[in-house]
Formats: sequence, structure tokens, C-alpha cells
Amino acid sequence: MATAATSYDALNLPPAMIEGATAPADWIVVWPVALALFGAGLLVMLRNQRPLQSVFAGLIVLAIIVSNVYLLLRVFEAGPLAMTMGKWLPPFGITFVADMTGALFALSASVAAFIVVIFAKVELDGREYRFGFYPLLLLLLCGVSGSFLTGDIFNLYVWFEVMLIASFGLLILGGRRIQIDGAVKYGFLNFLATALFLIAIAYLYGITGTLNMADIARKSAEAPVGPLLTASGLFLFAFGVKAAAFPANAWLPAAYHTPAVAVSALFGGLLTKVGAYAAYRVLVLMLPAGRDMLEPVILAVAVATMILGPLGALAQTNLRRAIGFLVIGGIGVLFAGLTLGTQHGIGGGVIYAVHSILTLTAFYLVGGLVERMSGTQDIRYMGGIYTVNAPLSILFIILVFAMAGLPPFLGLWPKILLVEGGVRAGDWVIVTTLLLNSLLTLIAASRLWAHIFWRNGHEGARSEQPNDTLRRLTSDEVGLGLAPTIALVALIVVLGFFPNWLIEAGGVAAIDLLEPERYISAVFAGVPQS
Amino acid sequence: METALVGLIALFFAVSLYLLLSKSIIRMLLGVAILGNAVNLLIFTTGRLTAEIPPIVPEDAYAPIQGSANPLPQALILTAIVIGFAMFAFLLVLGYRAYQALDADNTDNMRLAEPEDAPRPPLSY
Repeated sequence: MATAATSYDALNLPPAMIEGATAPADWIVVWPVALALFGAGLLVMLRNQRPLQSVFAGLIVLAIIVSNVYLLLRVFEAGPLAMTMGKWLPPFGITFVADMTGALFALSASVAAFIVVIFAKVELDGREYRFGFYPLLLLLLCGVSGSFLTGDIFNLYVWFEVMLIASFGLLILGGRRIQIDGAVKYGFLNFLATALFLIAIAYLYGITGTLNMADIARKSAEAPVGPLLTASGLFLFAFGVKAAAFPANAWLPAAYHTPAVAVSALFGGLLTKVGAYAAYRVLVLMLPAGRDMLEPVILAVAVATMILGPLGALAQTNLRRAIGFLVIGGIGVLFAGLTLGTQHGIGGGVIYAVHSILTLTAFYLVGGLVERMSGTQDIRYMGGIYTVNAPLSILFIILVFAMAGLPPFLGLWPKILLVEGGVRAGDWVIVTTLLLNSLLTLIAASRLWAHIFWRNGHEGARSEQPNDTLRRLTSDEVGLGLAPTIALVALIVVLGFFPNWLIEAGGVAAIDLLEPERYISAVFAGVPQS
Repeated sequence: METALVGLIALFFAVSLYLLLSKSIIRMLLGVAILGNAVNLLIFTTGRLTAEIPPIVPEDAYAPIQGSANPLPQALILTAIVIGFAMFAFLLVLGYRAYQALDADNTDNMRLAEPEDAPRPPLSY
């Protein structure tokens, strides 16, 4: 013990601690993660109460959406929000930071997850309930939200692993042979990617001596060039594998069509975007010098991914595998934004990610309804669904146009920003590839539409012959499957007509990533300058 | 000391990459286990190896003594070990299930999700 003269405060609050409590309103930064984590625990306890599971999961995700909306409004008003755990002063404590990028990603992810929670009621059987679909879904959302909101690079790794282990569980839920096969490839490659990520963190820690993102952003400018390039290259490789960018994209179409449709939709919407988000966060905010040096590599990755994604979709007969290749094409567009690295590029990329999370989730869900009506995954035997369910064809074509970036849907606006960014930078390779990607996506996706809805009957049969293997949707499937999908597509259409706030938010996100003064000062607010 | 550890890490990475390139799931699992250890040792080394002064703050000071060991890499490694262990356990069970359900330890024979003789895309519109 110290001498009796030492005051109580001096004993308990040495200079490395924050004095005073975090303002109650600032706790909002951890709410999305905490709610998901506690919700998952609650649902594990309620695992034998099947009717309660989905209701509780829905309410919890709704609460997460509300906190994300509030978070986004706060960030709009006051700039980045930060909170450091355990009263340790940053950079020593683990910091949670919500800037515009993180808040936008987290909000769209929770909206997509909410639709999936409702849709999942249609297709889960008793076994999947018992093995914990809803707890795993909430854990996945917890990992995803944590990745978007953390301000500490090692903590980002931990959230990646939370997300990964939850996705393993969801992927093999049901335990069909094809799922085991997909999970082996998904499991090994994603494990390898996180190991690479950890290696990169080790190097970065060796160079800068800190793990706090804001602190690294301050210090990386003075770091030696060689080690910095090594670390940046490893980060790019690791996030490229996580995001399924070419040439590390093979695991995605091998795995994403094997589980239940609800799980596919969740993965297609959320998981790869986390990889892209991390690439933006690390290479733009933390290591801008590394991004500049790696620009030719990122350009090659972006161009190849943008072209090969839709071409892969064109060559598929399996509907969900084709959508998987469209996911990859979208990742190429996100990397194109990273290549540009200007305000238009980064802003366009962030808005594209919002669009991509919502649109691809909806795309998988519509595909799932088509599969239920036709009883097959093979587009050659799906013909004639228009005669059975015409509204579905409208949903599908809206999503096709949104994916390709045709007006007036949501996909148009980020593409315009990206192309404008490319023209301003004089980067004609990116501009040409972006437009080519739109064209190829349109061809691949509308070809799916034509085969599923436009033509009648099986492939090879005369088109006038009706396809008698199709069935109508039951009232349950309409209420719990079609209705939420319509709601999600309606959201995409409305956002497409009123994109102003989103474009403004994307601009703020880009500025905060490119010139992180506001981000850094939010993290280090209240730290005595020594 | 650093040089010796770096050599060991390089050896671990080489062995794990060689094993991961194999077609046999069992060998890949061993590769995963060794890879995890290689990464942990790397974190340990990048935290700098210092003399044997325990990182304990003396009674009358606010900071540890100059030159004391860096405790942070050990916290990081502890986290990474726990996570890596969980992942390895899952992959081990997954590999066993794959052996049971697909009757294959060779990845070449795991073509259920991506059939080898996949049909060509339809040529009509």
C-alpha cells in the first residue's frame, strides 16, 4: 500500500485511466454489438421454446436496427463517436468508434438480417431450430457489427473470428452431405485468410507499436517503407480472400449455394462486405501509403474480379451459384473504389456496399422462392414461373436492374459516383471496366430472368409446353417469404428514388476515411497532450 | 535470440504451407495447427524480446520500469491460441464428418457441391 497521505482518487485513477464516466448517450456505440451478443445468449437459453425463438430474434434485431439508426443520426450530427473500454486511455484500451462508414454498413447489415429472420420461418425444420439457427444468426450479426464498429485492429480480428465461427455453424446447419462438402472448402480458406490477417497485424504491431486504428493512422506516415509495404500487402491478400476477390474467389461459389436459402442470403449480403469494409478501413484510413504503393495490384484485382464475376454467372446452370458469381462481381466494384482512392471513389464504394448488402440479400431470397416453387436449383428446369407467380418476376427484374446499375434503382448512384471519380482521375481502365461490368451483369442476370420467368417449360422442351413440375406458394410462404422480400425490394426502390441523404453520407464517409483528423480527435478526445 | 526465433518461425511456416498444399484433409489439419503456432510465435517476436524484468508497476510509480518485458504480445497470443484452438477443433470434427459422409479424405473426390461433369449452360435465350 502507498502511504496514508495518498488520496483515494490518486490511488485508483493513475494517469493512464479516463476520469469520469462515459456520457450515457455515447454508450450507443456498443449497443448494436451488445444487444446481438446478449440476444444470442438469451436464445440459447430458450432453445426449447420454438415459437418464442423467432419472435425474440425479430425483436432483438429490430432493437439493433433502432440503435443503428440512432447511431447514424448521431454521427451525421456530431461526427465520429468513440468509446474506450475499461476506462483505459486510448491507445491502451480497446476503442469502439462509429464513423459514417461503420454506421452505414452496420445499419444496412441489420436491416438485411431482419428480413432474413422473418424469411427463415418458412424453411427451417425442427432440427435446425434445435441446433440453434437464431442464436447463430445473432452471433453472426454480432461479429459483423463488431467488425464495423471497432477501432482496434486486433479487436477487428476477434470479431472476424466470431463471425467466422457463427458462419461455420450456419453453413453446416442441417448436416446434408453437400453442406459438409461446401463447409470444408469455406472453412479451410477462411481460416487461412484470418491467419494471414493475424500475421499482418503482428507485422504492423512490430512496426508501429500500437494496435489502435486512430493511433496507427497517426504513426504510419513515419513508418519505414519496406515493412509497411509487407504489412499492407498481407492485409490486402487477407481481405481479398475474405471478400472473395479474384484470384481467391473459388471458395464462394463452392459454398454459398449449399445451406438453406436464408443462410445463403445472410452470407451473400453480409460476409464478403466485411472483407471489403476491412480493406477500406485498413488501407485507406490506417495505411494510405501502403494503398498508394499497392495501387497497381488493387487495380488488377478489381478489373479481373469485375469481369470474371459476371462471366462466371453466365456459365452457371445452378441459380444460387450464379448469384454467388454476381456477389463476386460486386466485390470487384468495391475494389474499384479502393483503387481510385479519391473522394468519389471511396464514397461511391461505401454507397455501393450499402446497395450490395440489400440487393444481394433480396436476390438470394427471391431465388429461394423460385427454388421452392420449382423444387430444383437448376435454371434449365425452372421455366414458366411467370404463369404461376407473376409478382415474383417483377421483383426479380427490379433486382436485376438494380444489380446492373440501371436507373432509377439504387445501383445507379454509386456507379455514377465511381465512374465520375474515374473520369476525374483520368483512370480510363477503371471507367471502361465499370461500364463493362454493368453490361455483363445485366446480360448474366437478365438471362437468368429469361430462363426462369420468360420461357415456358424445361430446356429442350417446346416453349409452348407448360412446365407441370411447378407449384404455387402456400399462404405461409406468401406471408413469411414473399412479403418480407417485397418489403426489402420496396426499400431498394425507395432508396433509389431518394438517394440524396445516402450520397451525402457517402461523401462524409469518404472524407473521414481520407482525412482522418475528425476520426483521430474523436478517439483521443479527453487524452491529456503530453 | 531473435534470429533463432525467426528461423524457427520460418521453418514452421514452411512446414505448414507444405502440409496445407496437400490433398489429404488430415495433412491439411496438421498444417492448420502448425500455422497457428507459427503466427503466435511471430506475434511474440514482433513484440520484441527483452530482458527478464517482469512488467509489474512498482508501488510508488505509475509505469513499469524501463526495459521490462512487453506483456501485450502475451495477451494477444493468449487470445489467438483460444480462438485457434476452437477453429481447429471445429475443422477436425468437420474433417471427420466429411470422411464419414462423403467417404473421402482426398479433396479431389469432394465434388458434391461443384460437380465435375457440370452441365453446359443452356444455349437458348
